[in-house]
Amino acid sequence: MTLTLSRVGKDYGTRRVLDGIDLTVRPEEFVCIVGASGSGKSTLLNLIAGLVPASSGTLALDGVPVTGPGPERGLVFQSGALFPFLTVAGNVAFGLRLLPLSRADRDRRVAWYLREVGLSALARAYPRELSGGQRQRVAIARALACEPSVLLLDEPFGALDVQTKEDMQLFLRRVWQDTGTTVLMVTHDVEEALMLGQRVIVFGCDPGRVAAEVPVGLPASRTLDVKRTAAFQALRVTVEDLVRAGMPAT
Amino acid sequence: MTPLSAAAKTPADAPSEAGRDAWAPLPRRGVRPRAMAGGAMAGGLSGRAKWGLRAASVAIPLAAWLAVGGAGVVDPAFLPSPAAVWAAFLEMAGNGQLASDALASLGRVGAGFGLAVLISVPLGVFMGTSPAGQAFFEPVIGLLRYMPASAFIPLLIIWLGLGEPSKVAILVIGVVFFNTLMTADVVRQVPGELRQVAATLGATGWETVRKVIWPHSVPGVLDAMRVNAAAAWNFVVVAELIAAESGLGYRIVRAQRFLQTDTIFAVLVVIGCIGLLIDVLLRVLRDRAGRWSR
Repeated sequence: MTLTLSRVGKDYGTRRVLDGIDLTVRPEEFVCIVGASGSGKSTLLNLIAGLVPASSGTLALDGVPVTGPGPERGLVFQSGALFPFLTVAGNVAFGLRLLPLSRADRDRRVAWYLREVGLSALARAYPRELSGGQRQRVAIARALACEPSVLLLDEPFGALDVQTKEDMQLFLRRVWQDTGTTVLMVTHDVEEALMLGQRVIVFGCDPGRVAAEVPVGLPASRTLDVKRTAAFQALRVTVEDLVRAGMPAT
Repeated sequence: MTPLSAAAKTPADAPSEAGRDAWAPLPRRGVRPRAMAGGAMAGGLSGRAKWGLRAASVAIPLAAWLAVGGAGVVDPAFLPSPAAVWAAFLEMAGNGQLASDALASLGRVGAGFGLAVLISVPLGVFMGTSPAGQAFFEPVIGLLRYMPASAFIPLLIIWLGLGEPSKVAILVIGVVFFNTLMTADVVRQVPGELRQVAATLGATGWETVRKVIWPHSVPGVLDAMRVNAAAAWNFVVVAELIAAESGLGYRIVRAQRFLQTDTIFAVLVVIGCIGLLIDVLLRVLRDRAGRWSR
């Protein structure tokens, strides 16, 4: 699967929020988009998810133009957006229930993803009983159960405390390696982007545009200790400066 | 020196007059007893005290009624004693009149309210999910709901006669508009993110209504029904007061003709109790349907 964006723009009324976005995400890649708030990075994710139509340019997945939402482009919100009236297992099964699958097949898949995200014991719990980190795990499992070509993550750990966030980063890297899913993640946290991504795209503001692209040459098997290395810190300074350079003057 | 005034070194930053140091101390409001902080008190009430207050809520008016009756200041023809009301109740219950009247009224509510729910819930879901449906139905329903259903009774008797259809129609008119708008409000409160996430998981518009919007709305729809069931119970009695050959409202009118205030009182208490029972049943149903939200 290859996600290709070419000259993508988005206007809200007369305001241009995204301008001339060119971006290619290759199979099994993990790409992070960072940028200050107002750089339109979440809007871009909504365009790729098909929830909002682009004003100009083309978006295509394996050459097929994006015309609306679909399970081949799974989206995870910052809030998790779990269905509160369904159990954990019910949430994960949501997309599968829309497909012609036997019950046994569906149950097997749900059980696999629950085990993958470490929530088998909470299969029958309701979302209100879960912690913030557990909710995001369910949301990720729910999207992955539909076997998306690309997993879109919109600040998925933005509402979590620092310790939980670091747990979730390790968790997400493991899930990415286990499933080989292509991931495109939006975050405002530079450290998170470097910890997770193979490539970091820096967005600039007014209008939102690709300001820079930084390859992350860190080892494939990363632990939290990688954040303490000189190479990581150097990258961090570089990217933070790029983010700041892209912010509107005050 | 406070950090603020220490920082204000440059002329541009310096306050024009005296700085923070020169202000009078900020007045404080005295510490008041916390027990009176209304909201905080409600949670702290013991179970025993709560039941005591609940019992008093019924016992005090009852005692006042007994006292007024016993003092002999009011003619018992106007205000019958509790004992007389109880006797009237036993007489009606004994000869089967009460059961047949209550069943007649409940049957009308069942038909009228049931029909209103069957119309208003799908219509409300449609209005809540479709901007076009909202734009088309909201103005006319918004107008109709302010026309009192009781005022339609003369018209409905002309159109439908004195039989059952006119009574069912009153109930429908009294309930359907409110219930539609309340249902639409509940449906609109479904978070947009849930609809969006359903779409990204492959749900069509109709699947989103069936599998996300409807289950999310059920508790709220039942809440709306509870409010409107109370209105329906009122309307059926009003309709029976005006034209009927059976029902609790009809029983009141009959009793009025013979100045049987004790019977009127007994019927009123029965009406109140049945209304309360309907409310409790719907509340149990709502709590079951909304287990996920508590």
